[in-house]
Amino acid sequence: MHRKNRMAYWQANLRLVGICLVIWFVCSYGFGVLFVEQMNRIRIGGFQLGFWFAQQGSIYIFVALIFFYAWRMTRIDKRYDVHED
Amino acid sequence: MSLQALTYLIVGLSFTLYIGIAIWSRAHNTGDFYIAGRGVSPIANGMATAADWMSAASFISMAGLIAFLGYDGSVYLMGWTGGYVLLALLLAPYLRKFGKFTVPEFIAERYYSKTARIVAVICLIFISFTYIAGQMRGVGIVFSRFLEVDVTIGLIVGMGVVFTYAVLGGMKGITYTQVAQYCVLIFAYTVPAIFIAIQLTGNPLPQLAFGSDVTGSGTALLDKLDDIVTSLGFNQYTSGTKSTIDVFCITMALMVGTAGLPHVIVRFFTVPKVSDARVSAGYALLFIAILYTTAPAVGAMARYNLINTIQPGEVGAVDGNLSYDERPEWLDTWEKTQLVRFEDKNGDGRIQYYDDTNPDFAEQADSFGWQGNELTVDRDIMVLANPEIAGLPNWVIALVAAGGIAAALSTAAGLLLVISAAVSHDLIKGIFMPHISEKRELLAGRIAAAFAILIAGYLGFDPPGWVAQVVAFAFGLAASSLFPVILMGIFFKRINKEGAIAGMLTGLFFTYGYIEYFKGLFLKWAGAPWGDNVAEHWLFGISPEGIGVIGMLLNFAVAIMVSYLTAPPPERIQHMVEQIRVPRHIEEEHL
Repeated sequence: MHRKNRMAYWQANLRLVGICLVIWFVCSYGFGVLFVEQMNRIRIGGFQLGFWFAQQGSIYIFVALIFFYAWRMTRIDKRYDVHED
Repeated sequence: MSLQALTYLIVGLSFTLYIGIAIWSRAHNTGDFYIAGRGVSPIANGMATAADWMSAASFISMAGLIAFLGYDGSVYLMGWTGGYVLLALLLAPYLRKFGKFTVPEFIAERYYSKTARIVAVICLIFISFTYIAGQMRGVGIVFSRFLEVDVTIGLIVGMGVVFTYAVLGGMKGITYTQVAQYCVLIFAYTVPAIFIAIQLTGNPLPQLAFGSDVTGSGTALLDKLDDIVTSLGFNQYTSGTKSTIDVFCITMALMVGTAGLPHVIVRFFTVPKVSDARVSAGYALLFIAILYTTAPAVGAMARYNLINTIQPGEVGAVDGNLSYDERPEWLDTWEKTQLVRFEDKNGDGRIQYYDDTNPDFAEQADSFGWQGNELTVDRDIMVLANPEIAGLPNWVIALVAAGGIAAALSTAAGLLLVISAAVSHDLIKGIFMPHISEKRELLAGRIAAAFAILIAGYLGFDPPGWVAQVVAFAFGLAASSLFPVILMGIFFKRINKEGAIAGMLTGLFFTYGYIEYFKGLFLKWAGAPWGDNVAEHWLFGISPEGIGVIGMLLNFAVAIMVSYLTAPPPERIQHMVEQIRVPRHIEEEHL
């Protein structure tokens, strides 16, 4: 629980948050907004892919991301020994 | 049994259920109002948060808005779900570790200042008032349909019911009541969606039916929808008319606003552990996602059914349009609420429904002998009307009314409590009259709630937009005022009280001013809006719904600049930030 350990813990946390936010951004703003027209050229079933990401896919990914983050953070908490009892 | 009797029965039953659970769970715990979440499993807590979160805007308004906006409606879908990612990753665990009960309390401690607390309360009041104004319109619509009266009378009845409900109060704080409300709400939302999905495509899962072929046609639903809407001069369903920057900014404002909304953040103050705060946000979003992935399917199917009802035959053929004398019953009942209007402009006794603002279609419409669009359908009624349009059994229609009332009441009552707590606890007791008696504090809270209802009702009579749009303004205000200072309070130790206060005020007044200027919100009596609400006049082409993003950037910039020009925060504050960054408690000597 010393200062150095806490710094390393904070860095590991920021790295994980960073990765998650990149995925969060790419799947919603990237596929669903900025590159929606390019994505729409791809079709899956009755969906154009960009439209699907904007109205369905991004939401599924958001849910998965939070559970992924929570799971990884629990492991990081333990590795740096800062978890609650 | 008639539809109205059935509606009374089902709404009555659902209320009995909520009250029953409230009484039952009171008997089992001491009923501490603010820590409803403790000792409740993360799953139940997630459902309760979802019920609290999903309001009239999500339940009643959103799918209807998507039905008419098509792709552009995606801003609401991504915006109102993606914010939970920000909440779980950036705010919830740290605020839980901090362990206080309200957002202004956090801001007061982190920025060691009563002024910061007052500013935070002002932001919170602006946000909540705007939010509740949107809700009241939704409540008015549900009651007007349910009682088959004019929307104005529906609004007055709704105001009375919400007030009684909020003053009864205790119900809101009890997690299991909200779990029950979630169940009623989600059942009421998905059942008609499943019925309609089977009718149209044969696939019972709305999320998949959305991408399936229309039964017996071999063409995908969305493609067919694109065809029929463009054949009536409307914009293609799967592509939008909003500019990319506007879609980007509205989505961002809604996401960030979600993470800055006081009544949502508060839910994560009260979970048992820091690690629970992360998972709770996940469960909440999971339960929200069930409705949010169904909504776009409902929107597309509702639009499809609506057009097929009005335009059963070929476009342009003499008998292609529905004759007014043969109109279905739902059209008749909704006309009573004034939310659906028909005007036979060309006097042929048939209903023409098309886009008469599209110059490319004008010539064609003229050649058909059409003299303007004759049917006005309020977008906010689509979810309520959808089961009737699809001809579903009466009990399904009654169920949807019960769900809509559950959604609108739970959120409206919750917001009223936030407002009354901010006024009585943070403002009067926390700052101006620290020795006020508990009884008088409660009275002040009730007066604030009554006042809030009156203002909300006034705004509901003449709303500046659709329910979901008005609610979007509230998110823009939250994104530009509270979110940046909470985020920087955790991740940026150098931000001091001067920076935070200047940042909040800049973000709030910039965003509020822009919305008032272009849409008119609280100052309609003084002549607002003053600006012409068209894209050419907007700053960088960003609409009032998305402007919160610019307000947020200004807030960040001003807060950082002012902080570096003034003294850094005291050492104890830096220690406090160190402390909230780790889940376990650190002893003072290690900081």
